Amino acid sequence: MVENHPMEPFLRTDRIPHIWCPGCGIGTTVNAFANAIKKCGISLDKVCIVSGIGCTGRVAGYLNLDSFHTTHGRAVPFATGLKLANPELHVFVFSGDGDLFAIGGNHFIHAARRNIDIKVICVNNFIYGMTGGQLAPTTPLTAKTSTSPYGNKEQPFNLPYLAESSGAKFVARWTTYHVMQLTNAIIKALNKPGFCFIESVSPCPTVYARKNRLGTGLEIMKFFKENTRREKGVSTRDIGIDFQKEFIVGNFVDI
Amino acid sequence: MEKEKRVLTGEHFIQGDIACAEGAISVGCNFFAGYPITPASEIAERMSERQPCLGGTFIQMEDEIASITAVLGASWAGAKAMTATSGPGIALMLENIGLGIMMESPCVIVNVQRGSPSTGLPTLWGQADMMQARWGTHGDYRIIALCPNSPQELYDLTIKGFNLSEKYRVPVFIMTDAVVGHMTEKVIIPKEEDIEIYPRRYTTLSPKEYLPYKPEADLVPQIIKAGDGYRIHTTGLTHDERGYPVMSAECQKKLVSRLIDKILNNLDDIIIVEEKDMDDAEVVVISYGITSRVVIPTIQKARENGIKVGSFRLITAWPFPGEKIRELSERVKGFVVPEINCGQMVREVERHSKCSDKVELVPHTGGDIHDPDTIYEAIMKVAKS
Ligand SMILES: Cc1ncc(C[n+]2csc(CCOP(=O)(O)OP(=O)(O)O)c2C)c(N)n1
Ligand code: SF4
Repeated sequence: MVENHPMEPFLRTDRIPHIWCPGCGIGTTVNAFANAIKKCGISLDKVCIVSGIGCTGRVAGYLNLDSFHTTHGRAVPFATGLKLANPELHVFVFSGDGDLFAIGGNHFIHAARRNIDIKVICVNNFIYGMTGGQLAPTTPLTAKTSTSPYGNKEQPFNLPYLAESSGAKFVARWTTYHVMQLTNAIIKALNKPGFCFIESVSPCPTVYARKNRLGTGLEIMKFFKENTRREKGVSTRDIGIDFQKEFIVGNFVDI
Repeated sequence: MEKEKRVLTGEHFIQGDIACAEGAISVGCNFFAGYPITPASEIAERMSERQPCLGGTFIQMEDEIASITAVLGASWAGAKAMTATSGPGIALMLENIGLGIMMESPCVIVNVQRGSPSTGLPTLWGQADMMQARWGTHGDYRIIALCPNSPQELYDLTIKGFNLSEKYRVPVFIMTDAVVGHMTEKVIIPKEEDIEIYPRRYTTLSPKEYLPYKPEADLVPQIIKAGDGYRIHTTGLTHDERGYPVMSAECQKKLVSRLIDKILNNLDDIIIVEEKDMDDAEVVVISYGITSRVVIPTIQKARENGIKVGSFRLITAWPFPGEKIRELSERVKGFVVPEINCGQMVREVERHSKCSDKVELVPHTGGDIHDPDTIYEAIMKVAKS
């Protein structure tokens, strides 16, 4: 007998196969999210997911929840409206780094400042995946993208620092290698009232890795494993990500 | 004002913007998101005072993009939601007005028009956003837009706007202007039980049977609200009856045609016009909003001078009463169309009139209302033609 996949209740199985490439970190992040919801035991009927536009933006379409696939950059204000109009809902925003921090950056900082009780999960793949690999506000210095063919010259955002200084009550960064920690961070966010932010650093083998010759999804996971560390009491100010250098992961803010 | 009372039944002497906020509250608006802008800020200010006392939500967002998007989110959480702004704010909202059309989210958008383009004349008026309301967001669609000409009508039509947006599941524009928005006049607020409220079309089906975009006979699908266990998906992408994205020309045709036809098939229900002195009219003045108030005395003057002229006022600007104009064009000498822009609704009149050379535009670039003489001269010109 074929057993049902444990994630089946969370997925719109009639929409599978999904559009994501093999080795992409979005699916892993979704898996961590679904596990977190499962562990919390909250009613799936009360969980809403709001996405913007992008590869990560498609998350809303695959989860068997009340799910809203909005416009590029606008997931956070849509989620704000949902939550304020019905505070009983658990409202999650799931979107890409470009969506949340370029076109949607202003909404992010204001929702954090207002301490709107929504949980924002950002899949940070350092690039615009959906549109074919253009420069993102998170692209590390010197990294190549299709609109920075000679290497990026712009300072990227350090997302946890931005979230903390905007007022977020819980801030974490993990990678898709750290599935358990990522899941636990989502659980923590769920149980914490107020604006929470989780960065999930993810491989994009198709565009980011290809443009920068970083290998397969698996090789990037290996890089995450070998080049990330935790540092007790570290300030978010000091955890910016440099191109292919070691970086810090952890739960940084938990007020 | 008894702050905790929802419907402030009685006779009031209030500003148009305040009447608009009260109309919204009377019909059950319990969510307002906006960003300050002259000449619409008074609506937000009134909402900020009233909503908290009524258990509703007021939020000043970081910009108009956020305002309209929060309105859509609130609408999906079951709220009756509204935003109010002026031309520059609408310009920012447009992409997400399209999202509202595509997701079929009931909501009301008030545009207190000012002089334009760009920052234009913040404190002075215009009517130059009429085509923006109709065509502003990208793609093919139909929209509903109502044009009040007094504070009383701002009250009444805001109620009507909410009801139409619930009935047809489409964002509805209230297209007023800085004169009407800032003018203070008598407004009668009826008894609570006399206010018509069109309820949200919540589904009666179980989650198993329910398809979020399966239309009823009038082409409008039943709705749900987040958290009720239906676990729906909705998207700005072209979608099927399940709400799932389908990237094909067939699905596009089915969806876009339905979004258009649900309005076009119900024109009689949506279109409101006010006709005056039309029975024997040979010249018809077509106007809307504040301009219609300059038209009435002008028509009287022309009548006194023996000209058979009537007034045809657009209370609904969109959808446009094209069929009615076509019929009229068969029996009248011509039309005079004064508007505070350089020719917007006049294009619709020309398009539907049997002979477009019978249409005389009386343009005005904004910042003032028409000198009645300019309208009078146009009436005389058409009468003599
Ligand atoms: C207003 C608007 N501008 C541009 C686009 C095109 N667009 C779609 S997705 C995207 C970027 C996606 O990048 P990111 O948010 O990082 O998500 P990813 O695809 O990497 O998951 C862009 C620019 C759009 N959909 N809407
Ligand atoms: S392009 Fe990159 S981000 Fe998009 S699905 Fe493929 S691997 Fe994932």
